[in-house]
Amino acid sequence: MKTAAHLGSEGDFDVAIVGCGVSGANIARRLSAYRLRVAVIEKETDVSFGTSKANSGIVHGGFHHNRKYLKARLELRGALMFDELRRQLDFPFRRCGILVAALHDEEMKAVEHLYLQGVENGVIGIEMCSRERILELEPKLSQDTVGGLYAPGGGIVEPYRFVFALVESAKKNGVAFYTDYKLSATEWDAKTRRWTLRAADGRTLHARYAVNAAGLFADEVSSLFGAEEFKIQARKGEYYLLDRLTKARPGRVVFPVPTAVSKGMLVIPTVEGTVLVGPTADSAEDKTDLSTTEERLERILDSGRKMIPSISANDVITSFAGLRPCLEEDFYIEVSKKAPALVQVAGIQSPGLTASPAVGEYVKDLLKTAGLELTEKPDWDPYLPPRPKTREASPYERDELIAKDPAYGNIVCRCENVSEAEIVEAVRLGHTTLDGVKYFTRAQMGRCQGGFCAYKIIKIIMRETGLGYDQITKRGGASRILEGEL
Amino acid sequence: MKEIHFDAIVIGAGAAGMAAALEIESSGFTCALIDREDHLGGILMQCVHNGFGLHEFNEELTGPEFAERFAERVLESRVAVYLGTTVVSIRSNDVEGKEVFCSSAEHGVIRILCRSVVLAMGCRERNRGNVRIPGSRPAGVYTAGLAQRLVNIEGYIPGKNVVIIGSGDIGLIMARRMSWVGCSVKAVVEIMPYPSGLTRNIVQCLNDFNIPLHLSCRTSAIYGKDRVEGVEVTPLENGAPVMEKSFRIPCDTVLLSVGLVPENELSKEAGVELNAMTNGPQIDSTMMTSVDGVFACGNVLHVHDLVDWAAEEARRTGAFVVAWLKGERPALQVRVKAGPNVRYANPGRVESGRENKLYLRSLVVKNDAVLEVKLDGKPIRSIKKNHVQPSEMLTLSVGDKDLGGATSDSVLEISLV
Amino acid sequence: MRELTCIVCPLGCRLSVTEDSSGSFSVAGNRCPRGAVYAEEEIRSPKRVVTATCRLASRGDGPTRRVPVRGSAPCPKEYVDQLLADIYALRVKQPVARGSVLLSNWQGRGIDVIATRTVE
Repeated sequence: MKTAAHLGSEGDFDVAIVGCGVSGANIARRLSAYRLRVAVIEKETDVSFGTSKANSGIVHGGFHHNRKYLKARLELRGALMFDELRRQLDFPFRRCGILVAALHDEEMKAVEHLYLQGVENGVIGIEMCSRERILELEPKLSQDTVGGLYAPGGGIVEPYRFVFALVESAKKNGVAFYTDYKLSATEWDAKTRRWTLRAADGRTLHARYAVNAAGLFADEVSSLFGAEEFKIQARKGEYYLLDRLTKARPGRVVFPVPTAVSKGMLVIPTVEGTVLVGPTADSAEDKTDLSTTEERLERILDSGRKMIPSISANDVITSFAGLRPCLEEDFYIEVSKKAPALVQVAGIQSPGLTASPAVGEYVKDLLKTAGLELTEKPDWDPYLPPRPKTREASPYERDELIAKDPAYGNIVCRCENVSEAEIVEAVRLGHTTLDGVKYFTRAQMGRCQGGFCAYKIIKIIMRETGLGYDQITKRGGASRILEGEL
Repeated sequence: MKEIHFDAIVIGAGAAGMAAALEIESSGFTCALIDREDHLGGILMQCVHNGFGLHEFNEELTGPEFAERFAERVLESRVAVYLGTTVVSIRSNDVEGKEVFCSSAEHGVIRILCRSVVLAMGCRERNRGNVRIPGSRPAGVYTAGLAQRLVNIEGYIPGKNVVIIGSGDIGLIMARRMSWVGCSVKAVVEIMPYPSGLTRNIVQCLNDFNIPLHLSCRTSAIYGKDRVEGVEVTPLENGAPVMEKSFRIPCDTVLLSVGLVPENELSKEAGVELNAMTNGPQIDSTMMTSVDGVFACGNVLHVHDLVDWAAEEARRTGAFVVAWLKGERPALQVRVKAGPNVRYANPGRVESGRENKLYLRSLVVKNDAVLEVKLDGKPIRSIKKNHVQPSEMLTLSVGDKDLGGATSDSVLEISLV
Repeated sequence: MRELTCIVCPLGCRLSVTEDSSGSFSVAGNRCPRGAVYAEEEIRSPKRVVTATCRLASRGDGPTRRVPVRGSAPCPKEYVDQLLADIYALRVKQPVARGSVLLSNWQGRGIDVIATRTVE
């Protein structure tokens, strides 16, 4: 991403979106279909670096929430939009099905409630399962399972690849993206009816409308706009990631029966082939604290083993945490009543990822009610060319790729089978940090966790961008990798 | 697509791979040597310290010197060398033997048809995720081997104030290396009550630099927002963490030296069965795995202490490959069992009618131990060992006179008392 | 009586060294004669073999950006930092052959700094 920090305005826009996670990216892409000048500002060095990179990666089954809630209605709409989005944007997504497993007879009541809710919500194919049926659907479930629920339409997605694809599509259709752009002040000019959004480093841009999609910091951004006052409470979720060769990989996403506070700790066969166990749910004081703790991680293994007994600590390759931006029971997506020309998109916790395509639509409609003119672009191109991945290529396909570009033959990440060409592509698309390359290509996500490939990736980033060794970071800011040169 | 035929291919051109390839080629069979790096020598090229070659060459050499002596012979031989080439899959079929696909920027995809394969891929390092150190995920956490690559080959210093987790040789060597490039190594933290590296390295890598070694201590957390700011260390008493005695060591860099794991993903994909105690392939008395014609040697089989032994083992493996290619098959093999206090013994079988060399590791630290060998429960050998410890590999030679009267159901049990 | 660990080879024999009234040492525990030499030297004037890397003049784009080197003989401990500083100040022109002398008879102490890798 361009991080030019020159003073003077970046430009005049019709809409500025604050925050480029899954919500902001979907809104940006939706708006890119219209004759509008759209800008997205993101405070991190890369997009999707907030909650959108550390979540369960699930397209939910549509039965967890009552349709009286906006989040439920958007979840149902959003879930249906993923197939077409995938066809257009080529990100990893698959409908593997979702199971809710009851381990005691008493839990079946809660399962029945979910089932009825799913039926009421119009979920296609949802079924109540007897013990035999659920064990047939998922043989790795504990023998203690007494029954459950099956939603065949539920799915798994690589959340950061989803955001990257949305962003690339939006960019292709003219949306401007600014990273390392931390909003520090705004001004409303009542005469020209436009906002000035000032970044901490002095950059400014102007927009007639603004969208606050700032995730964990939506409350602070709302304050900066002089808009509604609310408090985002961070709730941390810790996960374990298991090796793709683990015996404990289920064929479908396995949920426990939910509690009042959370959907519980899941066992998720990720679309990339690994297994995620988690998340926990504990309130966090500090919105930047992504640390994990031993007791919570132990809880994850215990909880996971109750459903899938073959989960073994030996299969763990890493752990991480994400923070949910909690506001109230429901999403807060409304035109601001306090600040002019502002749409609030806040409190987007689960099912935020599932709902996000519908959030894009919904916000577009809200902007229209607020006065934004929407004229469709006849030349809007919703497609992205499919990107070859060496790990998915047959030997013959690989040979053809290498003939076109030899860098496809140089395997940089042996664990995840990622070639130099794919890493160069990631860097050229603006992912110039180790984490950015990791989320785009999967290099460093495998067994060795970058032990063999990290130095190669560092060198490729330096070669492609001209950055000095002291400018290579893990995820931007002060997360420098190298301290000196001999 | 390029298609080539060989009698044997060796995967991995470190010490073991080069030694095996040379042995096979010198017997007149065609042999390819494949490595994903752009140089021969494997991990030795970044091991710029000395301590290599005392047994192989009767000299004390640095890693690159040891490796280049083999590399020169390889380049002078008729071994076909493929560098910058990654093996993608290995499949056996009855008609063509083994079908191996490799990917290389220079050659594209190469389809190799061969009769035999030698696995010599070495090992990888265990990382933070494997040992589950909680805390935040800042920049500045490296495995010792990655730091070694960055310093010795790329010429970059990863950090200034370093804490090293694990007192294995790699960690100790890096304690000295980081000190010698101007860093401040604050401590080495070791979870066991004794260090796992050579005492020689404790002296010349820690004592020489007054670097404290905290034994019986585990690392409870790594903390820091964007870059490491410190580690939390908790002493263990009777194996249990005493949280109240935890202390913090401020630092900006953490190096993990917490063990090596043989790199057997390719082996698994090829259908090779692994030994749970070594994480390497199960092998018979001819170093052959459970897949006919696929052999294993070096660190991919079990992690060696000395590269000299990896090379020696690889040479013997090469000779067994030659025998196999000539149609020879082992006659009577006796199963080897790791008995009390023996973590593992390789190979898993010995052949009667000849000498067999075994490598094994102790589970315990003991002085005045006795290595006991029993055939079907009857003691046949007793060897006194002044000192045994898990980090020092032991060797044992078992020959014809030891295996008299053995049948194919016999079991040779090796234990330490 | 002093207890030392010999560092001459990886065996690491545990040595016991006794100095008698005339100032000569007797060493026990060594499995080879080098251990006795090491023990005396370690007490009188400890030395270490230095291994390090130094910069290629071109900083290279090949398999390595550094040339690994070692001292041909052990260096007195108190001069190791100086030797390292001189090694780090080198700028080695390619090609360099393994075994070639990059610094001859450093400080007149009989230590050559030798390249341990061939860099084309």
